[in-house]
Amino acid sequence: MDIIEILIVGTNKPIMETIARLIDKDGVWKATISFSFTEACEACLNKDFKLALIGAGLTDEEELDLKNQLNKLKPSLPIVKHYGGGSGLLFAEIHQALA
Amino acid sequence: MAQTVLHKANTRGVANHGWLKSYQSFSFAGYYNPERINFGALRVLNDDIVTGGMGFGEHPHDNMEIISIPLEGELQHKDSMGNTATIKAGEIQVMSAGTGIYHSEYNSDPKNPAKFLQIWLFPNKRNVTPRYDQILLNDTDKRNEFVQVLSPNADDAGVWIYQDAWFNLARFDAETTKNYTLNKKGNGVYVFVLSGQVEVNGQVLDTRDGFGIWDTNNFEVKAVTDAEFLMMEVPMEF
Repeated sequence: MDIIEILIVGTNKPIMETIARLIDKDGVWKATISFSFTEACEACLNKDFKLALIGAGLTDEEELDLKNQLNKLKPSLPIVKHYGGGSGLLFAEIHQALA
Repeated sequence: MAQTVLHKANTRGVANHGWLKSYQSFSFAGYYNPERINFGALRVLNDDIVTGGMGFGEHPHDNMEIISIPLEGELQHKDSMGNTATIKAGEIQVMSAGTGIYHSEYNSDPKNPAKFLQIWLFPNKRNVTPRYDQILLNDTDKRNEFVQVLSPNADDAGVWIYQDAWFNLARFDAETTKNYTLNKKGNGVYVFVLSGQVEVNGQVLDTRDGFGIWDTNNFEVKAVTDAEFLMMEVPMEF
């Protein structure tokens, strides 16, 4: 079974690490953390992501720029917000985006 | 003409973790239903029962408005902003997760379960400084009135959040009828019945049924029996 690569973007390090742990735990999905617009764009050049999850910390302009850039690099890439993982919302958002 | 959606209580998602039984009106954790993702800005409505002495360990949120309404028992809350508090029935708690928070919630009573509603709304402003508040609801024993418990305005009744949302709790005697006028154009209302039987816009609702109504400026609510219900007015576009 192919592993589904997921890009997660945000600036809150503990939250990003928690989300990565949640995504990675079943071995079906694999998270790559980016803490900035630049890191996210670089990561997209190196991996075939199936989904990008954007969280808190980027400015509105950075978020818009990132969406535009990711759309240019891979127009089919779904981009959704992750809301910090919470106590269960994350997986519904991922399933919805990948459906 | 008003549009509506009915969510019968027995069609909700159910998660039973032993220490937690959760009935989920919208997709959450292991419950995924593409027809039940959200009602406008309302993303989560969980009807939770937490066993005595148990609870939710520390977990993160960002950019979400999180409202807890205890129905029975009490929950001890701790968060990364340094807040430690106990909330119990008759109170309401709100957190704006903003740039990110961690929190935990435990039922501090070792013997009795805690029952509460966990409600999450998408915010109208992202990356705000996280905030926490809880208040005692003084007017919820009023009968046959809509009692506002949440709004977008800090100087209005109830708690406030970063969203153009208004919540009202109501305890109606049987046969009481009231008209609800929405606060803002473009909003809809999700009615959740806590007890009894209610008729909204001609639709009869039983305990724990949910009913969304939008594309209208007002609608009629009638208690078929003595009833308690929560009305959540939220933006349909956000």
